This record gives sequence, C-alpha cells and structure tokens, in this order.
Amino acid sequence: MLTLIVLLPLLGFALNGVLATRLGNTLWAPAGGTPADEHDHGHGHGPAVHLGHKLVALIGCGLPLLSFVLVLQMLGQLQTMGYAPIVETAYEWASVGDSRFEIAFYFDRLSAVMALIVTGVGSVIHVYSVGYMAHDRSFGRFFAYLNLFLFFMLLLVLGRSLLVLFVGWEGVGLASYLLIGFWFDDLANARAGKKAFVTNRIGDAGFLLGMFLLYQTLGTLDMDRINAAFAFTGSAAPAVGASLVGVLLFIGAMGKSAQIPLHVWLPDAMAGPTPVSALIHAATMVTAGVYLVARMSGIYMQAPEASMLIAWVGAGTAFFAASVALVQTDIKKVLAYSTLSQLGFMFIALGVGAYGVAIFHVVTHAFFKACLFLGAGSVIHALGGEQDVRKMGGLARRIPITFVTFAIATAAIAGLPPLAGFFSKDEILWFALASTRGGSVWLWGVATLTALMTAFYMFRLLWLTFIVPSHMEPKVEHHVHESPLSMTGVLMLLALLSSVGGFLHLPHFLQPLLPLPAVDPHLHHLEKPLIVLAVLVALAGLAAAVYVYGAPASRAQALQARFAGIHRWLSGKYFVDELYEAAIGRPLVWVSDRVFLRLGDRRLIDGALNGMAALGQRCAALLSRVQTGQLHLYAWLVLIGMIATVLWSWRHV
Amino acid sequence: MLLALAVALFAIGLLGVIVRRNVLVMLMCMELMLNGVNLSLVTFAQQTGTTVGAVLVFLTFVVATAEIALAIPIVLLLVRRKHTLDLSTYNELNG
Repeated sequence: MLTLIVLLPLLGFALNGVLATRLGNTLWAPAGGTPADEHDHGHGHGPAVHLGHKLVALIGCGLPLLSFVLVLQMLGQLQTMGYAPIVETAYEWASVGDSRFEIAFYFDRLSAVMALIVTGVGSVIHVYSVGYMAHDRSFGRFFAYLNLFLFFMLLLVLGRSLLVLFVGWEGVGLASYLLIGFWFDDLANARAGKKAFVTNRIGDAGFLLGMFLLYQTLGTLDMDRINAAFAFTGSAAPAVGASLVGVLLFIGAMGKSAQIPLHVWLPDAMAGPTPVSALIHAATMVTAGVYLVARMSGIYMQAPEASMLIAWVGAGTAFFAASVALVQTDIKKVLAYSTLSQLGFMFIALGVGAYGVAIFHVVTHAFFKACLFLGAGSVIHALGGEQDVRKMGGLARRIPITFVTFAIATAAIAGLPPLAGFFSKDEILWFALASTRGGSVWLWGVATLTALMTAFYMFRLLWLTFIVPSHMEPKVEHHVHESPLSMTGVLMLLALLSSVGGFLHLPHFLQPLLPLPAVDPHLHHLEKPLIVLAVLVALAGLAAAVYVYGAPASRAQALQARFAGIHRWLSGKYFVDELYEAAIGRPLVWVSDRVFLRLGDRRLIDGALNGMAALGQRCAALLSRVQTGQLHLYAWLVLIGMIATVLWSWRHV
Repeated sequence: MLLALAVALFAIGLLGVIVRRNVLVMLMCMELMLNGVNLSLVTFAQQTGTTVGAVLVFLTFVVATAEIALAIPIVLLLVRRKHTLDLSTYNELNG
C-alpha cells in the first residue's frame, strides 16, 4: 500500500510525460491527424494537445488525490494498530556481503503528517494549476514535472533508510530545478534553476558525509535503527560524535531548507511558475530539512552543540530574511523571504528540542504560505503578469475572493489568534525561551523581534496590493478579473485550513514519537503573559503597517529617506549574492581561467602535445633537405655508399 | 684481360649514369653496366669450368629486357609532360 502511494504520482509522471508532451504529439499525430483536424488546429500543435488538456489535468490531479486518499486510509490503519510503525519493504536493492540495502517504506506518526501535507496540499495545488497554467504551451510537461516532484517527495518522507530519503532528496532537487527553469527560454529562469541546483549540492556534500559516517559506525542507514542506537548511552553508545553527525546532516538540511549561508537560491527560485513556488518552495520541499532533523531527533538529543548551532542559524535566518522582506517590492520576493524567515522559526524550534512544534509549524506554514503564494498567483494572473507591488493597489474590490483569502492567510502568518500561525508560532516562541535544551532570552528576543517584522511586512504587502489607491497602469487595470473557480476554490480551502489548522494540536499527536522538551519551572508563570505579548506584537506589526502604508505615500517615502543607509542594505539583500560573487565566484573563475585553462590546459597539456609534434616536424624538415628530387644526387650517394661498403668490407672481411 | 674489359664497361656505364643528364643516354649507360656484369659472369664461368655463371646471364637478360620495356614508356610519359629529356628538370619530389 505504501509503495502504491509513492508510485501513483510516478505513474502520472510517466503518462503525462510521455503522452502529453511534444514526444506524445509525435506519437499521436499519425493516428489522429486527419487533414481536417490539422486545418482546425493549425497553430503548430497537433490535435493531441487540445484533446489532452482535460485528460492531462485528470491524470495530473487524480493520481495525487488518490495518493492522498490512500494516505488517509493508511492513517486509519495506523490508528487501529495503536500507532505501531508500519514497515513495508518494496524490494531488496543491493546486497553486498553482510550489508543489505532495501527500498523500504516506514509509516509512523511523523511520516503520516508529512505525507498528508505533501499529498493534500500537493493535490490542491495541482488543481489550482489547472486554472493557472491553462494557457501555457507546455501544460502537459508542467503536470508531468509536478507529479515527478510528488513522487520524490513521498519517497523522501516515507523512506525508512537514509538511502531512500537521499534518493528522494536529490529527486526533489531535480524536480525543483526543472520547475524553476520551467520557462527556460528566458535565460534568467534557467540561471535561477542552476543556482538552486548548485547551492543544494553544497549541502548534499555534508549530508553524504554524515551518511557515510553513520554507516561506517552503525552499519545501517535505517533511521529508526539509528535513532535507537543513539538512544543508548554509556558503554553501548555509538563510537561517533553525535554532534559531528548532527552538524553534517544539518548542512544538508541547510541547503534544502535554505538557511544562512545557503539561502541564496530560494529568492531566485521564484522565477518558476507560482504554483511551483507554493508547492515546492514554500509548502513541501523546503521543509524537507526540518523533517530530516526531526526524523533524526535521536541524534540531536545527544548533540547539544549541534542543536545550539541549529537554533542560532535558524534565528539568524529568520531575522535576516524578515528584515530583507521589509523593503522588497516584488510580491513573490516578499513571500520568498517570508518563507526563509518561517523556516528559520522552524529551525529555532528544532534547535531547542521542540521537534513536534517544528513539524506543527511546517503544517500550518504549508497551509497559509500555500494560500499566500496561490493568492499572489491569482493577483499576478489578474494583472497579466505584473509582480511589482508598487504598480498594484485597490484590488480588494476588484478580486474580492483573492483579497479575503489573502487577508486571512496574512493574519495567520502574522500570528493573530485564533488563526493557524498564532498557535504554532506562539509555541515556538515559548520553547525558544523556556526549553531546558538551549532556550534562552536572547533566542526568544530575536524570534519575537522577527515576529514583529513578519507582521509588519505581511500587512504592508496586503495594504500595498489590495487597499492603497490604485497605481496600476490603465492598460492593466482594464482587464483585471477574478480567477476561475479551480483557483479561487483552492484559495478558499487553504484559507479555511489556515484559520482552523491551529486547532489540530500536532505536538500532542507527535508527543509519543517526538517528546517535547522539559520546560524551565521558574518560567512557568510567564506562559500566559507571553501569549498576550505575542498577540500584542502581531497587532503592533499590523498597526505600524497601517500607520505607514494606510496614509498617503509620503509617509513611507519619508521613512525611506530617513533610513536611506539601512534601506539600501536591506533592498540589496545585505549584498550576500555580491559577497559570494566576489569571495567565491570571481576567485573560482580566475583560478579556472588562469590556472586550469590557460596554464594547465592550454600551456601544459596542449603545449606538451603541440611541442612534440613541432619537434617531429622540425626534424623532418631538416631531413627533407636531402630529398632534392635530383636523380643524379641520389646516384652519387649510391656510388659513395657502394664505395664505402666495399672499403669497409675490404678492411673487415 | 676480359675481366679488365668488364670492369671498364661497368665503370664507363656508372660514370655515364652519374654525369649525363639525358634520360636515354643514362638508360644506355645502365645497359653498359649490365653488360659489364654479364661479361664478368661469363668469364668467371669459363675460368671455374662451371655453367652456373652462364645460366645466370640468361636470367639477367630477361630481367634487363623487362626493365627496358618498363623504362622506355616511363621516359615517353616524362617527355610528354615537359617536352625534354633533361632529368634535372624533373625534381617535383624534392623535400
């Protein structure tokens, strides 16, 4: 059954990838291409594309939905079995000596939550894409890639061993690359895809090293066994530093989940179609790092140093990204930095040992961030591709459904009760302060400040897009329209989930698997006041945004002029890309060009070969002087040779 | 005495091949050399009282005939190309 869940999207990929792409066109055209047909659809694509649109959508959305239903059924089965993990071995992949590598799937509370999010949110985003991509030339290719992504993501969350997880890990990277560069005829998109891929490779190197180390010391890559091995302390403890393994695996998580310093790819990844940003770069793939750390919590429980690193990297990323998001003007870039920031929150939770809370935030974030991205997609759709918030405004009445759902999701991410984001974020803040596994006032302070900025920039975005007087160009304003039902329906569903998702109380559900850390007893009395404070912080962000952007534009401009220096830093994204370019990119290019290309390749290798050839040529030129072509000279030489031979033989014989 | 004549024939022929530029004259000189060798063969055969040398002469005749039969057409082709018999003008194969 688990195998089937994983394989269904792969089937979708195979069907759509073969039949609904240009490859399929060439296969179908001879069969259905009567002359009359070709006359009707004479725009370069054969009848298969038009015939296939509905079929493609049915395959592309139906199979993930089927997976979702199967996951639900598996969850029921898990419940009846008292939540004992279900293990299903698909087949034995390789057997070397005593080592056996199995493709096995593992289904417990954590996998169930992740699989539900992946297939559930994934499916609704598929449905949304039917409307969003309706006019795209590569409709079939898009759904093929999306299904491929789901396949790998399910492999990632359901795999029992790190090996299977890694295959999924790399696979989602591939799907992400393909989808970022989906409109690859624009060079910038192709470049963004490449950047994401390369940045992820750096993280993967750390992940691989961690895997090697684990396999060498423990002889297994099954994650439940690894956790069990690390649970032993004393003499039976594994002969490897948990912190070392933890840090190595975390490097992998940093790449996938875009934490500092490997965060640079995520904002650029917004080059892909908006449903892709929602699905891959907000709701699911980027949370793979969080899932990995939570899944390997057995290691991190023994690794306080690694956990501290995680918490601070998370806090740094959260703060950094939130501050950049304050000044971005591209609607998707704001959301991208917001995603970075929320991922930072999740890592704070992981770092202080509140693994269940981190997963809780993964889930609520999947709801409201998917809703935000899809809402942004709806706005972009309505405006015919415009993404600059300075050229929007006044959309609240023109596209009301999008506005209402976007507003609900904004309130959710800002942490206003009783919406989803409030519950998960509040718990993160609480454990950042009170956890006995590394909670501290500083961590809490940074997180709270970030929460304030989050509320501010999200409401700024809401105001600029929907409420301030229109700055749209007349041509654009003319054809603003609400999106079709397949899109607005999904928005409403996600908005609903964003409102009630907080009541799921996942940490409690995950408690047997991922126990919450103990809380400092001296801080117990602060729990209630801190909840009030968190709400006040969110409201303060809202108030500040309304104060600045609800007024005439001069107020925002005055603020910008007042802090011109900071504004430049923030809108330049702290110049991290430029720093990498100067510190890594350019030296690499210099070394490649000067040392490897000019010295190594051209001078040493080419030089040696060309030199030998030239030497041979020069010797030959010297010898060829003898060949004058004059027969008499040859005759003379023969004569001299004969005389010399005779004389020589006279002497010696 | 006959041996001395054979050596003289050979030497004159060799000198001719080396010194003269005319192809036909060179061919004739080569024949002279060949005949010098033949003469020496016959002489030795007579001196030693065996027939081996004399038989070898016939072989040489056949080879010489074949050689001339090839050489004359080659000369003809050369002359057709440049209308001269001077071999020093045929130096296309110089390095």
